[in-house]
Amino acid sequence: MQPRGLDDQRVSSSGGLTVHEPSTQRRSDGIALSYEVYMSEMDEVLKEFLVESYENMDRLDRDLVALEDRPEDRETLASIFRTIHTIKGTCGFLGFGKLEKVTHVGENLLARLRDGSLKVDGEITTALLSLVDAVRSMLTHLESHGDEGERDDSRLVQELVRLNDGTNKAKVTAATAVAAAPKPAIAARAEVHADTPKAPVSPPTAAATAVAEPAAETAEVHAAAHAAAHAEVHDTGHGRADADDLHHQDHHGHDGGTKKHEAAAAAPAPAPKSQDKPAEKGSDESKVSDSNVRVDVGLLDKLMNLVGELVLARNQILQHGAVAEDAAFLATSQRLNLITTELQEGVMKTRMQPIGTIWGKFPRVVRDLALMCGKQVRVEMEGKNTELDRTIIEAIKDPLTHIVRNSVDHGIEPAQERVQNGKPAEGRLLLRAYHEGGQVIIEIADDGGGIRLDKVKAKAVEKGLITAEHAGRMSERETLNLIFLPGFSTAAKVTNVSGRGVGMDVVRTNIEKIGGAVDLSSRAGEGTTLRIKIPLTLAIIPALVVSCDGDRFAIPQVSLLELVRLESDVARTGIESIRGTPVYRLRGNLLPLVYLNRVLGLQPREQDHVNIVVLQADGRPFGLVVDAINDTEEIVVKPLGKLLKGLPCYAGATIMGDGKVALILDVMGIAQAGRVGGEGRDRQSSSDKDSKATSGNKQTLLLVQVGESRRIAVPLDLVARLEEFSSAKVELASGLPVVQYREQILPLVDLPEMFAGSPSLGGEERMLQVIVYNSPQGGVGFVVDRILDIVEEDLAVKRKANTHGLLGSAVIQSKVTDLLDVTTLVSGLLTETGIQS
Amino acid sequence: MSVATTAQYCTFTLDGLFFGVDVLKVQEVIRYQEMTRIPGAPPVVSGLINLRGQLVTAVDLRHRLELQPRPKDQLPMNVVVRTEEGATSLLVDEIGDVIELDDATHERPPETIDAVTREVVRGVHKLDGRLLLVLDIEKLIASSGTGAAKMDA
Repeated sequence: MQPRGLDDQRVSSSGGLTVHEPSTQRRSDGIALSYEVYMSEMDEVLKEFLVESYENMDRLDRDLVALEDRPEDRETLASIFRTIHTIKGTCGFLGFGKLEKVTHVGENLLARLRDGSLKVDGEITTALLSLVDAVRSMLTHLESHGDEGERDDSRLVQELVRLNDGTNKAKVTAATAVAAAPKPAIAARAEVHADTPKAPVSPPTAAATAVAEPAAETAEVHAAAHAAAHAEVHDTGHGRADADDLHHQDHHGHDGGTKKHEAAAAAPAPAPKSQDKPAEKGSDESKVSDSNVRVDVGLLDKLMNLVGELVLARNQILQHGAVAEDAAFLATSQRLNLITTELQEGVMKTRMQPIGTIWGKFPRVVRDLALMCGKQVRVEMEGKNTELDRTIIEAIKDPLTHIVRNSVDHGIEPAQERVQNGKPAEGRLLLRAYHEGGQVIIEIADDGGGIRLDKVKAKAVEKGLITAEHAGRMSERETLNLIFLPGFSTAAKVTNVSGRGVGMDVVRTNIEKIGGAVDLSSRAGEGTTLRIKIPLTLAIIPALVVSCDGDRFAIPQVSLLELVRLESDVARTGIESIRGTPVYRLRGNLLPLVYLNRVLGLQPREQDHVNIVVLQADGRPFGLVVDAINDTEEIVVKPLGKLLKGLPCYAGATIMGDGKVALILDVMGIAQAGRVGGEGRDRQSSSDKDSKATSGNKQTLLLVQVGESRRIAVPLDLVARLEEFSSAKVELASGLPVVQYREQILPLVDLPEMFAGSPSLGGEERMLQVIVYNSPQGGVGFVVDRILDIVEEDLAVKRKANTHGLLGSAVIQSKVTDLLDVTTLVSGLLTETGIQS
Repeated sequence: MSVATTAQYCTFTLDGLFFGVDVLKVQEVIRYQEMTRIPGAPPVVSGLINLRGQLVTAVDLRHRLELQPRPKDQLPMNVVVRTEEGATSLLVDEIGDVIELDDATHERPPETIDAVTREVVRGVHKLDGRLLLVLDIEKLIASSGTGAAKMDA
């Protein structure tokens, strides 16, 4: 049977679909219809209100905490007042009585704060924050159930009223004074304020006197002078501040609406005048909100997909254009190319969000937590505007919150302890985000007590995660990594904040899931820094394309360490096997190998060379053997359908430039399928240690010649580079020879002078052979006469040395060779010169 | 007797058998497309197709229904259906017409047919000279992923 309508490669069935939809039955009744329309409009309004209010709540959190720090910041206070006022107004309009009532009480309290008759303190901030929480929970209920819920907020209301009344008595006089103020006084003041900005040269006192004369009422004079001074000093948004002042005093003076309007009318007048002033904060904000549009995320995703399709169509046209010899077509296709690229970038940008959107919540989180733990913590942020794809923002939100909570709970010490240790009482939590090499780095640093390695080890042993014997052999880094093990927690007591032992391992898993990495560094007594590296976007990642049995596979570049190619002889002999497990000696360390064709069940290919892609999974390197290494490419990641979700070896698929599909390998999955990583991280790292210890005698050594015939061996894994310097470049620092190397000062050790008595420094100019060694404390260069060879030897020290700087001697390549004691030499030299890199 | 409800079916053949799927579920029908095989995937999954930038998993219906494998020289057609799991392509032998049928010819599949067919065939329409087996797409897809999803390590 000939398929119908296949000329255009598809039978469009969509044309016929809509006709059969039974859409005409319901709308027969006109009344019902209009009610429905009304309801749907209400839904729209409600939805808008909810979205807007959630945002407002988040802002309130930030503003309130900021206000606690700077109680005199009228701009923030005004913003808080406006937000609460807006919510109250909308609630009244939509008929949410409870919300309105709660916000109303809050508004009253804020009003008192704003006119200065109350001062912001911790208690008030807490009450206002719980108000925010109450409103938020009602909003949530509203969203899910359509009403405000059965919350009882009477206690909160009472608390707010109490705070409002608490200081009332003290201020009664002022309030009555305001109430008693004659009408003209207020009107006059409004005028004066309108005038002040026009004459910014007049000092505050002058303005105050000007106000004082018509007012003739002490309370008024004070308030006005304050307001005027404020306007003079800050030069920003004073139009509104003044208006607010007036508005509020009117409110208290029960003067009715007319004054309010006068004040409002007077206030806008000075605003345009002051536009030439810098930091015109108030009006800037309104401009920003005017130029923003709320867009549905689904629409953005759809646009992104469409752009993806456009890119593919573009690629095909470009290929076509290369064949066709039509200049006009060629030019057009090239323009299409440019436009598509720009469009792609633009759409990508729309999905980006500044990291500040999640950080915004942290000051509140930290404040609440610090109060609960009885600590003082200040949050600082750098790089708030660093942008990330919204899917990533979503994915790192919880891990980041957890880390921040951890820092406050475990990291920063109580104020008393800090003072005892000579630190400021207030702890500092620094959040930093920046771009580096196509990735985003997020740092969470505290200046707390740091991580006590001995405690970590003890805990890990106690929990049975490692053995005591193993603990003794662990390096600092390994020990720190214990924190990421499932079921680990060092908190002496389980607090309700953290310490339940389901923390850092989840953090790491979640970050790794999105192709990121977590790194921890800590200094006892100085603090802990957690570095998170994450890709800019999940949608487009750099990948290495390899092929195996004729198929192409993409490997995310974040997991890539290096590429190794074994040619001819080495290809046959270089790969050894330990009871069936293939390994390769990569610079002296055993690298377990996984054959991609075996893992995926593909056909092996006979070839005379071996390509090893060295990858990192779970902090451990392994080599993936593939047929060929093609290229690196930016790929668009597409998730696999549900039918293929269960496959551990794939992280997704992508469409290559030629329109064909390539699978993206999941490095963790491959490692597990090849039984390299996975089960018992701890056991593996210990067995790794063991294998190093037993095969440890076999070392790769760099052989050098010093003087006429003396041979010295240096362990190669300690060598960073081999360099050549002209001896003319050698300078002196504290009397010792140094060279400038990569913008650092590299101290030199003259080995020929030390061991052969023939100084190579000084004298006539010549090229120096230098072995550059990088230690944690800095680099050191060893001057030698000749580089001889690199050998792999079973190292057996035959004779202990009694010379400083030598470990002993051994027979290498049937010649007696001295072994350099690099560690001693380096640390000795670095302390001598005091050079820090 | 009540008014018979009608439905449209997109029809195709597989190893001489005549099948139909609800046309509302069909996104499009396309010629044979080059596929990328997925090593380790369940055997019913033939590979991935790039459908204008959209990734579509191709399910070999012959394999799914435990029919004879398709002759090597015969290229399958793709019936791309929309499912909860996204677009999926059913690999079939030949595409037939879109036909409109009412309940009059419909019958539940007999109890005696084999288990695989009974699992995924929703009903049978008795047409002139032949039978149309109506497939339940959701069941067809849902049960395809299970079973052989293990990788050979």
